[in-house]
Amino acid sequence: MIDLTGLDTRPAQTWGALRLVPLVRREPIEDLRLHAKVYGDEASMVYLPDKTVYTAYVPHAFVASWSDDGTPAAAYGTQLGRPLEHMCIRTRRRMARRVDKGRLRFLPLHLAVEGFLALHFGGPVVAWEEWSRQALAHGLSSRAEDAYIGAEVSGLEDALKVFEIYPGQCGLLLYAGDALASAFVVPHPEDYRALHPTLVRDMYGELIYDYALFYPVRDFPAVIDESVVSSLGDLRAEAVRAERDWAGFHDSVMAADLLRAPAQVEEVYRLGRFTLSRFLPAFERKSENHIGETITDVDGRLAYLKTFRLSEAQVRRGHLLSTLAGHDWSLPAAAATLRISAAALGLRLERAGFGHLLRQDVLDGYRKALSERSRRTRRGGAPSPPA
Amino acid sequence: METYADLIECEDVLLFANAAITSTGQREFHSTAGDQRLSLDFLHRYIQGNYPDLYAATLALDINDHNAALIIANLLSGAEGDGGLIARRLDRMSPPRVYRLFQRLRGAGVNNRRTRALIRDWLAGRPDLAFDAVKYRTQLKSAVRHAHLRLPGELGDFLFAPFSRARYDTPLLEAWRRAHYDKSALYELPYTVAEGFAARHGISRAVFLERIAPQLTRLERLRLAESAQAGGLDTEADLAAMPLVRLASYVLSLRADVRTRRRAELVGALRAAAARAAGARAGTWGSVAAVLDDSFSSFGSPVKRRRPLAVALACHFLLEALAGDYRGRWLSLRTDPLQARPSGPTPLGQRVIDALEHRPGLLVIVSDGWDNAPPGLAGEVLRVWRRKLDLAGEVGIVHVNPVYDAGQFDVRRLSPMVPTVGIRDAEDLPALVELARFAEGRAGLGDLRAYLEDRAAAR
Repeated sequence: MIDLTGLDTRPAQTWGALRLVPLVRREPIEDLRLHAKVYGDEASMVYLPDKTVYTAYVPHAFVASWSDDGTPAAAYGTQLGRPLEHMCIRTRRRMARRVDKGRLRFLPLHLAVEGFLALHFGGPVVAWEEWSRQALAHGLSSRAEDAYIGAEVSGLEDALKVFEIYPGQCGLLLYAGDALASAFVVPHPEDYRALHPTLVRDMYGELIYDYALFYPVRDFPAVIDESVVSSLGDLRAEAVRAERDWAGFHDSVMAADLLRAPAQVEEVYRLGRFTLSRFLPAFERKSENHIGETITDVDGRLAYLKTFRLSEAQVRRGHLLSTLAGHDWSLPAAAATLRISAAALGLRLERAGFGHLLRQDVLDGYRKALSERSRRTRRGGAPSPPA
Repeated sequence: METYADLIECEDVLLFANAAITSTGQREFHSTAGDQRLSLDFLHRYIQGNYPDLYAATLALDINDHNAALIIANLLSGAEGDGGLIARRLDRMSPPRVYRLFQRLRGAGVNNRRTRALIRDWLAGRPDLAFDAVKYRTQLKSAVRHAHLRLPGELGDFLFAPFSRARYDTPLLEAWRRAHYDKSALYELPYTVAEGFAARHGISRAVFLERIAPQLTRLERLRLAESAQAGGLDTEADLAAMPLVRLASYVLSLRADVRTRRRAELVGALRAAAARAAGARAGTWGSVAAVLDDSFSSFGSPVKRRRPLAVALACHFLLEALAGDYRGRWLSLRTDPLQARPSGPTPLGQRVIDALEHRPGLLVIVSDGWDNAPPGLAGEVLRVWRRKLDLAGEVGIVHVNPVYDAGQFDVRRLSPMVPTVGIRDAEDLPALVELARFAEGRAGLGDLRAYLEDRAAAR
């Protein structure tokens, strides 16, 4: 569960198809700070004289530095302190570009999404005979998911530019066509102010890109019932109620799917009183699915949150993979759960882009089995039409 | 008796007046320069096509120079328009703008008898044509060519064959000739011309600024005040003599600590300018409350930096001067107007309730009309206030808006119950509160026409 306690929802601002809902913190978190800066070798922990530790951490969207042995490496998602888990990367032009000796720049979140899938679905754990040699040896790694950079989402840049940042604002929920696109929460208002423009360089799913082209969303204008107003005090009370109603509606309806999103939460790292975790959705089809990461303090108070909404195709793939993982990658067992034949599951995997994981001969067998069955089931036993 | 057509006409004219007061075809916070131009162009065509006589008469209103120039250009290329009114409007425009208008006419190939007469008369009315010949050389040349004029004495030679004479009798022209090789002569020239010569002679900025100081115009003094002060120079800018909104813009351009340090001087200048703008009306407005927008959108745009905020700040000081009892409320809850800066959202509804608390005689809302925290609350508050709490309309409410909304062809309104008028200079505020009567529908088209004719005759 994601808990937004301590963050107040303020009235949304709309621009085109986008709705931006600000979250305001009454007490900012002072001892955890975010920077949009790329860190080189300098330490990011400082011991303060009053025996507390000041920790700067580098979110995935902005990190890239060399590992100890000097090979380029990128962190898997956000990490506290030094990057512990990282994968070696080849500097491919598509997502990472070498800027300077010792530094890399790449599309924010890009590696994180790839990393997510690789991390959680390492590949077959039991060497069932159906899986190809490559799948067994390398798992699912270096799979790519497509996403749109924020600058391509129509109107997002303008929306962020004309958005009026609240005093004390520490977060933003971004809706496109009233579908939740992304949630972003940081510890301190100053961090937010610094990182607000970087939202345009984040990645957004295909769904968001499409929805942003839709017809403009409407404001929810405040409505005051004049029959209950007989004095200025009543009017003021009604105005306050209008604001509270919106916050209630937003938290219970618009953001509801996000708040109950995480099906699996993995604690990644603990530092001082903060815990970094990643979460995966339940991959329910035809509903909202967010992947993301959080940093919470010991009281469970949310210090940092960043989510990515998966597109329908990604949800389908995630659904397949999580079902397989749930059955130790056994095709027949997973197929039974999905109530289809193993052959149909095999072809579904291929259609989802996982064909290379199955042995070619097994896949051919499935294809043959299915086409024979469809010939047999054709009415009147007629021969198949010429290709 | 008012007919439906009359009402539409009245509304159309007010719509156009609002646009012509606020829009300058430049980028605004919410729309691009292209949007503004397109939208404004449509309005001009629409009004000129449907109400040609009223279109010309709007020149008498306090519309901005950009739109006045557009109207004049359109009138001259057509047949209608009162020559006297056009000439009077030209006299109120700044010379560079008039020259730009002449160039525009030339570019559009508008060269009828009226146009040539207008250019001839305007040039004849210039106090010192030699000064214009030096400062606006290219533009004057273009205007003279376009109007087929023959300039008297040396001026013709100066413009078209400047080095055909060994010397000029007019001191300014002679200074210009000598400045080509004599460093000391350039300090007799206008600042903008001298700046070019200084660069050519390689004169250092500090020396140049110090010696050119007597030649600076009022605005140049203000503009150069900060950079000159960094070099230890005082341009002796007379703040109190500046128009109110320009002064407010200047104050807002200063850093927060500078504003604190020069508090007494700046507030004094703002009060003096406001008192001058209020004139005889000072202190006669009774109790006044104001809601002033200092949300982030009051930043305007990089080309109109902090303009909406400057208008709000100027209105604050003007209303203070006009009112007997005044209370100004900023959206950000800041109480020190001198430290105003554009930031945060626009919770207009809450502030309007705060302002109505003491039942002022008049409530003035200065805002760009984007009410977003929560959206539409200000409109609801005003509606319920009028319907339930103030049926007799004892509290006059006016919304003045410094920003043209290109998408709506008008300034944005807060509520249909409250008149909204465009504002450009705070000095126009008293006239705009008058104009708001028409927007509210209390006075009709007959009155509006009479008002326009009055204004046209007055100038």
